[in-house]
This record gives sequence, structure tokens and C-alpha cells, in this order.
Amino acid sequence: MAIVERAVQAEAMLEPARLHGLLAEFDTAEELVRATRRARSVGYRHMDAYSPFPVEGLSDALDFHSRALPLICLFGGLAGLLTAIGMQYGIHVVLLPLNVGGRPLDSWPSFIPVMFELTVLFAALSMLVGLLVLNGLPQPYHPVFNVAAFARASRDRFFLCIEASDPSFDPAATRRLLEELAAREVRDVLE
Amino acid sequence: MCSTVASDRAEQPEPFLEHGFPPLLGRDNSYGSITDRVDSLVLTQKTRWWWWTGLLTGLLLVGLLLLTMGILLFVGVGVWGIMIPVAWGYAITSFVWWIGIGHAGTLISAILFLLKQHWRTSINRFAEAMTIFAVVQAGLYPIFHLGRPWFFYWLIPYPATMGVWPQFRSPLIWDFFAVSTYFTVSLIFWYLGMIPDLASIRDRATSRLKQVIYGMLAVGWRGSARHWQRYEQTYYLFAALATPLVVSVHSVVSSDFAIAIVPGWHETIFPPYFVAGALFSGFAMVLTIAIPLRVAYQLQDFVTDRHLDIMARFTLATGLAVDYSYLVEHFMGWYSGNQFEQFLLSDRAFGPYGIFYWLVLACNVGVTQLLWFKRIRTAPLLLFVVSILINVGMWTERFMIVVGSLAHDYLPAAWGIFTPTVWDWAFLLGTMGLFASLMFLFVRLLPVIPAFEMRRLFRELWLGRRG
Repeated sequence: MAIVERAVQAEAMLEPARLHGLLAEFDTAEELVRATRRARSVGYRHMDAYSPFPVEGLSDALDFHSRALPLICLFGGLAGLLTAIGMQYGIHVVLLPLNVGGRPLDSWPSFIPVMFELTVLFAALSMLVGLLVLNGLPQPYHPVFNVAAFARASRDRFFLCIEASDPSFDPAATRRLLEELAAREVRDVLE
Repeated sequence: MCSTVASDRAEQPEPFLEHGFPPLLGRDNSYGSITDRVDSLVLTQKTRWWWWTGLLTGLLLVGLLLLTMGILLFVGVGVWGIMIPVAWGYAITSFVWWIGIGHAGTLISAILFLLKQHWRTSINRFAEAMTIFAVVQAGLYPIFHLGRPWFFYWLIPYPATMGVWPQFRSPLIWDFFAVSTYFTVSLIFWYLGMIPDLASIRDRATSRLKQVIYGMLAVGWRGSARHWQRYEQTYYLFAALATPLVVSVHSVVSSDFAIAIVPGWHETIFPPYFVAGALFSGFAMVLTIAIPLRVAYQLQDFVTDRHLDIMARFTLATGLAVDYSYLVEHFMGWYSGNQFEQFLLSDRAFGPYGIFYWLVLACNVGVTQLLWFKRIRTAPLLLFVVSILINVGMWTERFMIVVGSLAHDYLPAAWGIFTPTVWDWAFLLGTMGLFASLMFLFVRLLPVIPAFEMRRLFRELWLGRRG
């Protein structure tokens, strides 16, 4: 243990400004939402909250409202629809005009099933890509994982990380604020 | 880790008894206990003898499947009993059966999610897995039935040097698009739902190999509030997209039949009739899997008796829709005044395949009515037997529709009787083996219960209780 601490200290001396932020641990979702709201009202902006399941009101507390994905879904779906229309008309009217039982070449009612399927398919694929890209995933490394206790963010604990990049971040004052907010423990997150 | 939600549990005398119903989640749970239970299924529990037995039996049947495929590729589709006029035989019967089974999973995960049915939470993951694995089996049939399966890519519209293109006025090409879209969307939906649980397994894993594998599968998920917000939006939209998709797939499959002019196929009731049949057999299969699964892994806490009761009710409801379709089919056959339609009905009951007709009625109409009784719905063993009988009945129903109608259509001179060969049975058994093997691997290697949704359910039930 002592060796590890000494190593950490030695590293800190070599490169002093390697603090990613302060990570506060909470017992319940309510405490996390309350703390996040408070930290925001005090003026912190560069922070993130972590929970083992989606917590209602938590992204509101961070004042984070992303509306990109419904739009991605809409435009992905439209792209699929247009692809299906273009493909079927292109094939049956332009590229290979076949007379099947005297039906018109552009017999659109029989094109509907594929239009529907490609709409759904394109919407689904674009949402998958959109979700991953917007969330910055896959991301093999993130500083919060350096804190061993953070493993419980996927089990039963709730975390708030105020990042050192925030203009009003101050190691001592920020720590005091988080401790006042009933944090179970406040830890340094190293880069 | 009882202390973790000690503050919650202190004021929680009688958890989760809503409106006097039996609970959806066992007592004595907490965020930690739910997580540990689900993660331990993957990480720490011992692999039992029955798991190995099950998997090896499955793999043996996969071997049989591979052998059948090899012979089929070498000799041709003639090794099956198919001929003219019955060119579809077991292949299309089993295709329709498997794809029908693949409907309940997405119904549970999408439609019941939109309808905010809490009880879906614990069963949705393995129901979705069942869907995906069933669609895999379904996909094998039409491809190997092609005659020259290595040309199956001709279904894909691409600028071939031959200058030919797929015919989009044909329901067979709709089928290709419908099934492949359904498979892709179900797979993404299933995987998305699993990411947070994979992250949880990664965080609990002790060996380096597991950390790396589950870590890669979890794509670095860390439960950030911003990620959750987008994640929930996406999940909701996926559910909304998957809902019409569920209904569309079997409607398109039914068009394969309804658009042809064969008596017994050419019926306007086919799309809703097939969708109801699909959900009916799908729910039966969910029961067939859930009942042994919860015993094997002691999951009665998560998949409770109440879940079985509700699923049995769903099976009954969809079964009644199927029974109603039978009724309409008979009425329309008589009311049409068409001698071929009328002949078809008497031929089904008293013709060469008559025994299957009565088996269908016995299973899908008769046995289903047992589910009216609470005593049956709450007895897992009886329910298991009922679900197996329904699966048999639904396979037979498809056989009756596919083979019975083709064997005796308009001209008696063109009639013919289909008899399955050993390779028909081998292929069917082989797909069952592949399905079973995939399910066995799934329950051992991936989170069977959606732990993060269970944690949220725990919170909601607790808040509602306190409410």
C-alpha cells in the first residue's frame, strides 16, 4: 500500500497538473440528483453524474437535453424510404421493365412492403451509429475508471464528478462543497 | 452488501405487493443483490452437469444438421420428400414455425415496453435471445430450399452482369427484406439493451481475459447521465420502430401464401391470422424456456409465478385470436360457395392428412382452453406441458396449411401426397439442436436478466410503495 502511495506521490511530483477532477460517491439516486443540482446552481459546468440505471431528472439537473437522436431516427428513416422508392422504381421502370400480367411498370402498391422494411432498417442502423458516436463510444479509456470504487457505479452507488477543467474548480473548495452535500466519500480522479 | 440501501430498506416493510397481487420481484432484494445475482450467473457460478449435457446434445444435433446440409448440397433438395405438387414440404412449414416463435421476444421487449408493463422487465432479455436464435433457424430453411443455395445472393439487388434484378412484385422478395430487417433490428435492440449489463459484468470480472472480453463488448460504458439520456431516447425509439416491425414480418410471410391462388392459401384473413399464430407460438416458447430456466438458475425471485401467470394469459388471448381465425376460415370456405374451397375444408378434416387437422384442433383449440383455469396457470409443470403441446399444434397447423393445400388443389390429375424422408426430420431436429445450443451458450455467457432495468424496477416499486 505504502509503495503504491509513494509511487502516486512521485508521479504527482513529476507532473503536478494531472488531476481530472473530484469524484463524490452517494448512496441513493435522490442524493445524487440533489448534489448535481446544487453543484450546478453554485456555478459548476464541467461535470458528469454516473448511476447504475437511468435516473429521472438527473440529466435535467445537469441541464443536458439532447434532441439529436429523434432527428437522426427521422432522417435515417426518410433516407431508407427514399432508397426503397428509388431502388424499386429504378429497377422496374428503368433498368428491367418487365410486363407482369399487364400490370403497370410503376405498380407502387406492391412496392410498399420493401419501403416499410428499409425505412425501419435505415432508421435503426443510423440510431445505433448516432448513439455510439454522440456518446463517444467505444471509448477504451476514461479517467474515472482509475478510481477503484467507481466499479460500483454499475452496481449500487451513485457518483458525481466535478472536473478540474471547470473554471470555478478549486481542489479544496470543491471538495468542501461535495462533502457538505452528504457525499459518502470524495476522491481524487487522476488522469 | 445489505448496508448499501439500508436507508431504503429500513422503511420497507412489505415490498412490492401491488394491489394484492403476488410480487414481481422477490423480497429481500437491493440494487446490490440484484446485480450480484445476475453477474454471478456469468462470472462465478459453477458449470453444472446438466448444462454440459444440454449443450453437448445440442451440438450433436448440430452435427446432424451439418451432415444433412452436406448431403443436401451434394445430392440436391430431392433428398427431402418434396415433389410436384408439394414443393414446399417441411422446409417452409418449419420456416413459418420458427419465424413465428421469433415474434414473442420483440413483442415483449418493444410493445410491452411502450405500454409500460413492468412485468416484462425480467423476461425480456432471454425472450429477445430466443427471437434472434429462432430467426436464425428460420433463415436456414428458405436458403437451403432454393435448390442452389450458393446463389441465394441473387435476392439482393445488385448490378449483375446478367442484367437481371429481383422482382419486387413478388412476396418472396418482400420476405427476404422483412426477415433480414427483423433479424438486424432485433439483434441491435438486444445488444443495445445488454451494454449496461455487460459493463456491470466487466466491473465485477476478476480474470484479465473476462475483463477484456466483456470490456470490449461493453464499449467503455460508464453510466454517465448524458449517455443514459441518449440511451433511453434511443431505446424508446427502437421500441417504437420494432412494434410495427413485429406485425409486418408475419404479415409478409402470410403474403407468400395469400397472394397465390391455391385454395387454403388465398385468404384475406391471413396476415392477422398469421400474426396471432406467431404470437401464440412465441409465448408458448417463452414459457417452454422460462419454466426450466428459472428452476435451473434459481431465478424464481425474478421470474416469479406471477410472470408465468401473465404469460399464460397472453398465450390464452392470442390462442383465442387463432381459434377465431379458424372459425372465420371455415365460415368463409362455406359462404364463398366455391366448390374448391368447400372441398378443401372437408379434405382437411377427412382427407389423407385428416389426422393433422384433428391434432391442430386438439392442441390449439382444446388444450389452450386449459389456460382459463388459474390452477393450470400457477402450476409450472402443467404449464410447461401445455406450452409444448401448443408448439406441436402450431407446427402441425403450418404443415396443414402448407402441405395439405398443395397436395390437393384444383385438378385431381395433378394431386400428389408428400411423405417426409429421414432428412426432413434430420433438418428439423438439427435446427432444434442449433437453437438449443445457442440458448445454452447464451445463458452461460451473457446476462440473462436485464440487471439495470431490474435495479430501476426495484426503485420504482419501492418509490411507488412509499408513494
